[in-house]
Amino acid sequence: MSAISASLSNSATMLRRNFRHTLRNPLTLFNAVVMPAFVMFLMVYVLGGGFSVGQDYVDYATPGMIIMAVGYGIGPTATGVNADMTTGFINRLRIMDVSRGAVLSAHVIATTLRTLVALVFVVGLAFLMGFSPSAGPAEWLGALGIVVLATLAISWLTIGAGLAAKSPEGAGMLGVPLMLLPFLSSAFVPADKMGPVVREFAEYQPFTPIIETLRAFLTGAPAAGTALTAVAWCAGLTLVGYLWSRRSFSRRA
Amino acid sequence: MNGTAIAATGLRKAYKDKVVLDGIDLRVRAGTIFALLGPNGAGKTTTVNVLTTLMTPDAGTAVVAGHDLLTETRAVRAAIGVTGQFASVDGLLTGEENLLMMADLLRLPKAEGRGIAAWLLDRFELAEAAGKPAASYSGGMRRKLDLAMTLVGRPRIVFLDEPTTGLDPRSRRTMWEIIRELVADGTTIFLTTQYLEEADQLADRIAVLDHGRLVAEGTAGELKREIPGSHIRLRFPGRDGLDAAARILPGSTRDEDELTLRVPGDGGVHALRALLDRLDAHAIEVGELSVHTPDLDDVFLALTGNKEVSAR
Repeated sequence: MSAISASLSNSATMLRRNFRHTLRNPLTLFNAVVMPAFVMFLMVYVLGGGFSVGQDYVDYATPGMIIMAVGYGIGPTATGVNADMTTGFINRLRIMDVSRGAVLSAHVIATTLRTLVALVFVVGLAFLMGFSPSAGPAEWLGALGIVVLATLAISWLTIGAGLAAKSPEGAGMLGVPLMLLPFLSSAFVPADKMGPVVREFAEYQPFTPIIETLRAFLTGAPAAGTALTAVAWCAGLTLVGYLWSRRSFSRRA
Repeated sequence: MNGTAIAATGLRKAYKDKVVLDGIDLRVRAGTIFALLGPNGAGKTTTVNVLTTLMTPDAGTAVVAGHDLLTETRAVRAAIGVTGQFASVDGLLTGEENLLMMADLLRLPKAEGRGIAAWLLDRFELAEAAGKPAASYSGGMRRKLDLAMTLVGRPRIVFLDEPTTGLDPRSRRTMWEIIRELVADGTTIFLTTQYLEEADQLADRIAVLDHGRLVAEGTAGELKREIPGSHIRLRFPGRDGLDAAARILPGSTRDEDELTLRVPGDGGVHALRALLDRLDAHAIEVGELSVHTPDLDDVFLALTGNKEVSAR
């Protein structure tokens, strides 16, 4: 009992610390918003007219932009976790008997909340560009659900990478695939309009089902199969990231 | 106060096939400063990591603060504090917030935590900077804050891994003062350093670590006695002088490049006068004379077998 309350108290302390980091470094929010917004602008106003996607292009591209923003906003988590590891901060916590769970869950919760705040801005921008979703309250809830699941998966993977990387720069590099993969998914163009090899890749990579599911929630009825694939991907990646984080945390002194 | 703070026997640690600790035995008396001295890569940090429960040794045992390292890890952790090689302060938090975070993690009552934080800030002369983010602190201030964070839990044994590496001389002296005060309060200090002067200045006992083995242990005085005594160094303006002097001073060692001669002797006034008289009697001109007494550098170099530097 006292072990649980100690762990909760420590988690709360670590969470407060991570919130302070975000508040004192508001640029971390800016990063999550500005690049996806720029890409969105490019796609909608410069290139978008050239795509035929069967619906209003803003409506098509917004879900992709939302997921992209999750990937762009994750950088500070990777570098922050890595700095904790390489400067010996985590060793200090280990000697104080602060549980691994407290440290890692604080990072995940703070990252998820920070991402959701960034997404409010991103969705706001989409509305300014003419985004008109057909979703009712239940669909919005579903959309929120899939976004949170995707964010958890990406957070855990990033924390694993951040703990394992030798330097903050190295940790930053590991985030690059997260930024590039959405371009090779159905975020901005339907997969079946892509070239042969890219199309195969786009169809089978995790971002496509996740974005498709989000798009379906926001602008039409979701297909059960796609949603299941998306949830399975999120759960699988979360598990991999979680195990990776646990292992790296315990291994490196 | 009395008794043994740390007792380790046969500590071994290897990474794959690289042996880092090759059977370390050591004993640290409570309330004293123990310095582990060694060059980079000797295994100093690994020793600290093992003794502070961060790493499990491959073999060997240790009792820290009266508790077995392997079976009573929690009790050991509760009694120790560690300040690592890099200042592990949170740069985005202020100095005060860093200390309060430690108090919260130790689950001290709010008022007590605030009291300890204020006291430590004051003691380490950080009160003025308490409200500024730690990222804006100088290297010396960060180290002080780092140590202050370690002290929030009032540890009985404090491990300091190279506490002054990279600090300017002034900050180094401040850190030494702080360490001395801690010991005066009854804390036991286990210190690693690559600076001989630091070990000489602070430590009650010094152990020299090289390639994962302890090659010597004792007080600074005992270690200095272990190596050959002092000598007088003579430099000559030319080779003729060197040759002539070497002939009349048996037992001396010559250095052809430097045109110098090392004459064993303790540098006492009588010995010096006798030496100079002899040189005068043979009309040998000496350019320069210096008396060299052994310091820990000599001990260190003799023990760790670093040929390059010992030729200086």
